[in-house]
Amino acid sequence: MALTGVLRPGHIVLRVLDLDEAVRHYTQVIGLFETGRDDEGRVFLKAWDENDHHSVVLREAEQAGMDYFGWKVDSEQTLDDLAVKLEASGLVSDTRWAPEGEQLLTGRRFQFTIPTGHRMEIYATKKTLGCMTGYDNPDPWPDGLRGMAPSRFDHALLYGRDIDANLTLFRDVLGFNLTEQVVGPDRKFLIGVFLTCSNKAHDIAFIRSDEDNRLHHASFILGGWHEVLHAADIISKRDVSLDIGPTRHGITRGETIYFFDPSGNRNEVFSGGYIWYPDRPVITWHDTEIGRAIFYHDRKLNEAFLNVTT
Amino acid sequence: MPRISMLDTGETYQCRDGETVLAGMERLGRAGIPVGCRGGGCGVCKIRVISGEYDGRKMSRACITREEEEAGLVLACRVVPRFDLQVEIVGGMRKCIMKHAPHHDQ
Ligand code: FES
Ligand SMILES: [Fe+2]
Repeated sequence: MALTGVLRPGHIVLRVLDLDEAVRHYTQVIGLFETGRDDEGRVFLKAWDENDHHSVVLREAEQAGMDYFGWKVDSEQTLDDLAVKLEASGLVSDTRWAPEGEQLLTGRRFQFTIPTGHRMEIYATKKTLGCMTGYDNPDPWPDGLRGMAPSRFDHALLYGRDIDANLTLFRDVLGFNLTEQVVGPDRKFLIGVFLTCSNKAHDIAFIRSDEDNRLHHASFILGGWHEVLHAADIISKRDVSLDIGPTRHGITRGETIYFFDPSGNRNEVFSGGYIWYPDRPVITWHDTEIGRAIFYHDRKLNEAFLNVTT
Repeated sequence: MPRISMLDTGETYQCRDGETVLAGMERLGRAGIPVGCRGGGCGVCKIRVISGEYDGRKMSRACITREEEEAGLVLACRVVPRFDLQVEIVGGMRKCIMKHAPHHDQ
């Protein structure tokens, strides 16, 4: 198996101001499926093609934003090994082992805070429910889809200060690779880093900002440009708060639309991108071209992209 | 229909019944209050209500503290005017993305 260690984004836990309103958004507008609730009232959701019990968790809170982001690793042994490496790295703080079952139907988890202040965790085990088409002679998509109907939770973009230390942590400790970077006038100062633990254009991205622990967006993958347009129709039809799109990202080549959940957390649905192999050179965007890097068609950044985070 | 007066710009506009201060401004194509998430989460639409009554929905505590709320600070996307309101713009786009290392700043 060539893909080892950290396998993929496992779950994102989002804070919402009104749980019922949020559940309606994530199930009817985006089209995830509710798979459970825990004693604290948190709601667990998954997309139709996902095997594991959940990829999105919603928690009602006094403020919007992200509680934490979880990475699935390939085995309990890797989990132990990475926990030791993380502790030894000096790059993470507030480390903690969360016992099995503390998160619904999920095994033990190792939690830590990364240099930009975001809370993250790794885990190896989660109950599987299977995808909605099954795995024996499956149809390409299941009946009963609704909303935008992404096939899975894909990545997040986070804002914070010390993205250099994040890069070291993800690349040198967790085994991620840098796929694309945005650099400043000296061609060295990092404005943005796009990282993969697999062979996607990104599994996580960080943009430098003057405030730590901010969520820019949580993103879900669609089957193509036509589905992105369909998502845009749903956004208008249901009067969802639109940010920007449909458009194209220069970075990662994704076809995209951004919108907000009812608590102001930004969501993205997108398609496209490319397959990243380890021998592919890093793509570099210069700050003079940051407009087309982010929004390839408009070729300029909008204020909200830079400033609106939760 | 309640009328909103923006003290900063001197502009006024009418909200439909049940419409938020921010939604009314956007529907009329007016500018002034910065528009972000429209969900009470990001804080860019922060305003101070100088006079008038309104109903407010839950706002992210990261954007409006309890003390601020008591002082009449609200998120324009979460308040529905009951009667005419006089407001002052507090929020803004802070350009928080950093393009230069701090020591490069003049
Ligand atoms: S626009 Fe984000 S809080 Fe009002
Ligand atoms: Fe994205």
